[in-house]
Amino acid sequence: MTGPPRDVDVLIVGAGPAGLAAAARLAAPGVARVEVLDREQQAGGVPRHCHHGGFGTWTHPLTGPAYARLLLGAAVRAGAVVRTGVTALDWAGPLALNTLGPHGLETIRAAAVVLATGARERPRAARLVSGTRPDGVYTTGELQQAVHLYRQRIGTRVVVVGAEDVSYAAADTVRAAGAELVAMVTELDRSQTTTARAQYARLRHRVPLLTDTTVTELLGHGRLSGVRVRHRDGRTVQLACDTVVFTGDFVPDHELARRGGLDLAPDTRGPAVDGTLHTSRPGVFAAGGVLHPGERAATATREGSQVATAVRELLEGPRSFHGKRPDLPQ
Amino acid sequence: MTVTANGPLPSRSYDVAVVGAGVVGCAIARELARHPNLRVALVEAQDDVGQGTSKANTAILHTGFDAVPGSLEARLVREGARQLTAYAGESGIPVEPVGALLVAWDEEQLAALPHLAEKAVRNEYADARIVEPPELYAREPHLGPGALGALHVPGESIVCPWTTTLAYATQAVRHGVDLHLNSRVEQASRQDGGHVLTTTRGTLRARYLVNAAGLHADTLDRLLGHHDFTVTPRRGQLIVFDKLARDLLRHILLPVPTALGKGVLVTPTVYGNLLLGPTAEDLDDKRATGSTAEGLALLREKGARVLPALLDEEITTVYAGLRAATEYDDYRITAHPGQAYVTVGGIRSTGLTASLAIAAHVTALLADTGLDLGPAVDLEPVRMPNLGEAFPRPYQRAELIAADPEYGTIVCHCERVTRGEIRDALASTVPPLGLDGLRRRTRARAGRCQGFYCGAAVRELFEGAGA
Repeated sequence: MTGPPRDVDVLIVGAGPAGLAAAARLAAPGVARVEVLDREQQAGGVPRHCHHGGFGTWTHPLTGPAYARLLLGAAVRAGAVVRTGVTALDWAGPLALNTLGPHGLETIRAAAVVLATGARERPRAARLVSGTRPDGVYTTGELQQAVHLYRQRIGTRVVVVGAEDVSYAAADTVRAAGAELVAMVTELDRSQTTTARAQYARLRHRVPLLTDTTVTELLGHGRLSGVRVRHRDGRTVQLACDTVVFTGDFVPDHELARRGGLDLAPDTRGPAVDGTLHTSRPGVFAAGGVLHPGERAATATREGSQVATAVRELLEGPRSFHGKRPDLPQ
Repeated sequence: MTVTANGPLPSRSYDVAVVGAGVVGCAIARELARHPNLRVALVEAQDDVGQGTSKANTAILHTGFDAVPGSLEARLVREGARQLTAYAGESGIPVEPVGALLVAWDEEQLAALPHLAEKAVRNEYADARIVEPPELYAREPHLGPGALGALHVPGESIVCPWTTTLAYATQAVRHGVDLHLNSRVEQASRQDGGHVLTTTRGTLRARYLVNAAGLHADTLDRLLGHHDFTVTPRRGQLIVFDKLARDLLRHILLPVPTALGKGVLVTPTVYGNLLLGPTAEDLDDKRATGSTAEGLALLREKGARVLPALLDEEITTVYAGLRAATEYDDYRITAHPGQAYVTVGGIRSTGLTASLAIAAHVTALLADTGLDLGPAVDLEPVRMPNLGEAFPRPYQRAELIAADPEYGTIVCHCERVTRGEIRDALASTVPPLGLDGLRRRTRARAGRCQGFYCGAAVRELFEGAGA
């Protein structure tokens, strides 16, 4: 690392809903230096490419990007410094991180660190779907960015794997891109979204939902030519398509937690936390998707506010969980 | 510098045409490029170099300790390993000498270890030695229970197969070799004492012909009237595990070889992943590069025994490659002087290691066959972008980022690939024509998210470059 470490009070890794909400809550009452890092060029996390509704509140519904802007505005107005295009590479000490951005490499020390690194969908290979490795294989995250952020062309005939909320969001994106939705496929016995949404897709858009069905193999050289699916009763059939979207099956982005040797939760493998969202390392907290992969943005936002309370208690003194005020870096 | 991917092939005759731009064909073209009087074409059916067997292997730089003593393969692997190790150092190809352990899991395998040690000596490799369980488990604390001993082969290394192939191709092209992609050879005949190749991009003429067509070497050989061997594609499926698993393993863990092949190994990669595989399935279809549920289940079963903790880790990707197995134990490198033709067949998984020695051998055969090589020059060294974790990557180099902030802007987060590296790859001597080619040159989209975060952004950079 070049140069001496720089000190802040709270360093938040990840400018998604949890990180931004925590920053807004912490900076507002006067925690002097709250800094949020995000490795993407735009703050907002996953909502920034969710161009559908369902964000915000019931009385004040928003699209994902609008919701991301709202959270970012609140954090910045409160006084937090939000830096995008900056990656937290690794730990430089118990409460210090090595970072990288176009300005170079820098070590940042903090009195408290919040990991709000989010979650991602498991890709095809990690789901052990066999077959060839053609073009046209997406996760929802990549599909939404391709269509909404970059206006890229996807294929013309699309199979969506999954039938939960995120799968229906992927289906909406497929339609927005002007492609035909061949089928939605789920190994469960029914759709996992609201009845209204499932019925709307089935009746309004005539999307076939194949339940009790597993995608077993991808076909095609160069471009995807189809997927083989198997019903629970053993029947197999080939669906002709040039694009397949693997949705849901979220896993935490826990690289920093693991590289730091933090205890992991046995079920999600995100960092293990106590009731105040404190991880196994004093002064390191976690919130949002990294704890509950696949949760709704509103949940992450709420948890960001909660973690702010816990961080403030730690910084302010004696009532902190670990019983003593940490030495602030000089 | 000439790399073509479309349009008709040049009408002027070449002195030598090398068919197949895998690691072996590229190495041969590079060797021929040392002779500036020769006009050389490297002809490839696919849209990139190293697209066949060369891209999907176990990425090991062998010592040749277990080759058949006295065979051509044994000699070329031995020489090639030394040459490639030196070449990698000067060219920036990542190599890590991690060493291998051949682990014995039953008495029969344990009894085979002394014979393997002895065979290593006959292959002029003196450093192999048998280790007892306490040392074995000290070396590999995560090894599954029940191992009875191992043969330690400290010279076995891991290497980047893509960078190796690209380095050869880059040097060849910079020294005047014409690389013609998307040119599948469909017919071969002799006219006026020269070769006439009919390809998907038209006719190509050459005085001398080298067949380095890998899986298709037998087909091309037959077009020239030879029935010396048959290539049976042997599929190897491999599972790449998350980089967070890297600390589970220090050496290449090999099984004790049996009559059925070298078996399933677990190895680190220079990119910092762990690799489990390959399967060995003899097939008829030379395009069957898909993975299968049965193959992956078999690998996971084997992996669970060798390194139980591995199965708790996330899988990053799965791939399958086809090895060019023949009915013979040895390479089939044959000169046909009357035809001004050299066949380079049956190059199996050791071909990467042996590639530079094969190239020298084939060039000598061409000379014996009557080709006047003319004077030789030293090639300008090439410096390849580093993809290996054991050496500084651009994102870690403060001086580089200070000079050019594009090296401080990460696009692919899982593999920490910067915009500067992608830009450089797109402007390189042998540029990628697709996203897979870009991945092999930079590792962009090769990480655990497989494009969830960066896929669209990387595509944008690629397509924005006018590709």
